[in-house]
Amino acid sequence: MLKIKNLHASVEDKTIIKGLDLNIKPGEVHAIMGPNGAGKSTLGYVLSGREGYEVSEGSVEFKGQDLLEMDIEERAREGLFLAFQYPVEIPGVSNMEFMKESVNAMRKKQGLEPLTAAEFLKKAKEACKQVNLPLDFLKRGVNEGFSGGEKKRNEIMQMILLEPKLCILDESDSGLDIDALQVVANGVNSQRSPERSFIVVTHYQRLLDYIKPDFVHILADGKIVKSGDASLALEVEKAGYAWLGDKSKEAGA
Amino acid sequence: MSEQIEQALARKYEAGFVSNIESETFAVGLDEEVIRRISTMKNEPEWMLQWRLKAYESWLKMEEPEWAHLHYPKIDYQSISYYSAPKSMKDKPKSLDEVDPELLRTYEKLGIPLHEQQMLAGVAVDAVFDSVSVVTTFREKLEEAGVIFCPISEAVHKYPELVKKYLGTVVPRSDNYFAALNSAVFTDGSFVYIPKGVRCPMELSTYFRINEQNTGQFERTLIVADEGSHVSYLEGCTAPQRDENQLHAAVVELVAMDNAKIKYSTVQNWYPGDEEGKGGIYNFVTKRGICHNNAHISWTQVETGSAITWKYPSCVLKGDNSVGEFYSVALTRGRQQADTGTKMIHLGKNTKSTIISKGISAGRSNNAYRGLVQMGPNSDGARNFTQCDSLLIGDQCGAHTFPYIESRNPSAIVEHEATTSKVSDEQLFLCQQRGLDAEKAVSMIVNGFCKEVFKELPMEFAVEAGKLLEISLEGSVG
Ligand SMILES: Nc1ncnc2c1ncn2[C@@H]1O[C@H](COP(=O)(O)OP(=O)(O)OP(=O)(O)O)[C@@H](O)[C@H]1O
Ligand SMILES: [Mg+2]
Repeated sequence: MLKIKNLHASVEDKTIIKGLDLNIKPGEVHAIMGPNGAGKSTLGYVLSGREGYEVSEGSVEFKGQDLLEMDIEERAREGLFLAFQYPVEIPGVSNMEFMKESVNAMRKKQGLEPLTAAEFLKKAKEACKQVNLPLDFLKRGVNEGFSGGEKKRNEIMQMILLEPKLCILDESDSGLDIDALQVVANGVNSQRSPERSFIVVTHYQRLLDYIKPDFVHILADGKIVKSGDASLALEVEKAGYAWLGDKSKEAGA
Repeated sequence: MSEQIEQALARKYEAGFVSNIESETFAVGLDEEVIRRISTMKNEPEWMLQWRLKAYESWLKMEEPEWAHLHYPKIDYQSISYYSAPKSMKDKPKSLDEVDPELLRTYEKLGIPLHEQQMLAGVAVDAVFDSVSVVTTFREKLEEAGVIFCPISEAVHKYPELVKKYLGTVVPRSDNYFAALNSAVFTDGSFVYIPKGVRCPMELSTYFRINEQNTGQFERTLIVADEGSHVSYLEGCTAPQRDENQLHAAVVELVAMDNAKIKYSTVQNWYPGDEEGKGGIYNFVTKRGICHNNAHISWTQVETGSAITWKYPSCVLKGDNSVGEFYSVALTRGRQQADTGTKMIHLGKNTKSTIISKGISAGRSNNAYRGLVQMGPNSDGARNFTQCDSLLIGDQCGAHTFPYIESRNPSAIVEHEATTSKVSDEQLFLCQQRGLDAEKAVSMIVNGFCKEVFKELPMEFAVEAGKLLEISLEGSVG
């Protein structure tokens, strides 16, 4: 699904990703943890092609294609989905309209007819229920005035509707109450399949009680410094990242 | 600002073609003789000529206004031709079959087929080409309802009493420099009269097209809605792509008698000039309506064209409980400049007005909202609500807001809200991450911003307006 080799990337001339390797097979769930400022969100932006994020070295293969060659929207249409840590508002554009356009953009890529308003509405209502948002969220402007938790659930709703191949969830659990956390986790679990892979960025082991990862990676100072299974998350929960101190210095030197 | 937005904005102007039509065009220049000749061409009665000449006299004494936030070289009024008409229109075609097919094709290309069977059902059209009305559709059907919808040049002959009674009563001949010029040299436009208690059975619309080079278009529209009547009217306009600037100075007068309602919508798409600001229409327009008791006038405008826009559709709320509304979307890009807004003059008791203005500036354009809310001494209980939002695309454009509030009645309430926002890289990125291309993303964000105004447009045209914005924002390949 995704093969990242020796990736180096910078923003505003500041190198953030410093030689990152990661291999993800179809159907796998990889959790990424790591201290604030380690480069977790940056990795998501680099993979999705955001402007201003320059790759200076390394390669990324997505479904056998050179990901770095593609435009943002091409990557999205190939099935790369990013759930934002801080979803932005688009006033006046209804959630419904926005998602219909994007679902149809994906369908077009797959050579499918666009969904009619009625067909889409039916799907959207189901997705809305699945993440436990009232139906009037479909009519409201994209993220307009949504609470933090509502924005996160709205991202998961989009993921459900778009049926991506690779989902990158950037702290979809932060700021959620216990019930919402379960809703988000259930949303993700319902989408798990042998063809779909996930990168779950989180600070809390708790989420991983609900979404069982196949691998856990610790990202620090722009690279993956430790990988393991779900138990690694428990270790982190106990010990924090202090132990990284020397290690990342070594790596930086 | 991202390159993609810039690309998404590289606009093509689809109405920029020139029709090859043989015209009779006056030599450039303006004097009393020219006005007499216009009047003769139109076969006008003496009173109409005298009216024009008085306007001309006032115009000569007036100064071109300079207070607007607009910069352009001085207009040379002697280098403009004040009359141009297709030769084929000389002996007034009786039916559509007699109209020059090239003229019909021009409108068809613009998406306005004039054959009734091909038209949008429920919309009657008056097509004005340079200085004359080419055809007015569905007239019989309208006449059955008692509605008069015809070129104003024809109304002068057929309904002189109505024209004499109302012409210049809302926008006096010497109201302002451009209105005075228009009063002297106006050539055609539409006349509408809705009798008492009649709800006009279809949308009325006039489509203005400037074709000839170096000519100005000076149209005059007069709409009278008698007591308790209703009418919805739409105006559209385009011009070919030319390197020279062309002048358009129109006057629109609306009269809403007691309990009447007029909804006037404009989709203005005059040629805006090229990227560097070469060419384009200078649009200096005076639009005003008067509301008698319980009457309601609603102006909705979508302005995407013209190199220069100077336009303030206004309401004089003379009658008690009357209502004035102004909903505006003005989009400027390239080197376009717009200074537009409204005046709400509250004279009667419990009068209400609403102003929603959405300005979108891109490229190196300048977009100004200028609005006056005036509460007269007798406007007890009057209310105004103004919301004025600007959206910036890129960082080389300008948005300006000039709200003027004058209240002479302590019981009147005036509310004003203003916001300025940008199409952000984050918004664009979100859209693209969801599979939309930059063009689609920008037009969707802009459409969302304009939503409150678009919902005021007649249904058939809301879609059109959305499309127009999309085209205006569309990046052409190469
Ligand atoms: N546009 C930018 N300009 C300068 N520095 C940036 C920019 N974007 C990110 N950075 C820096 O890159 C580093 C990594 O940021 P990133 O957002 O990827 O961290 P993160 O691991 O997601 O942290 P958190 O856990 O707090 O979300 C930070 O030091 C941040 O300040
Ligand atoms: Mg982050």
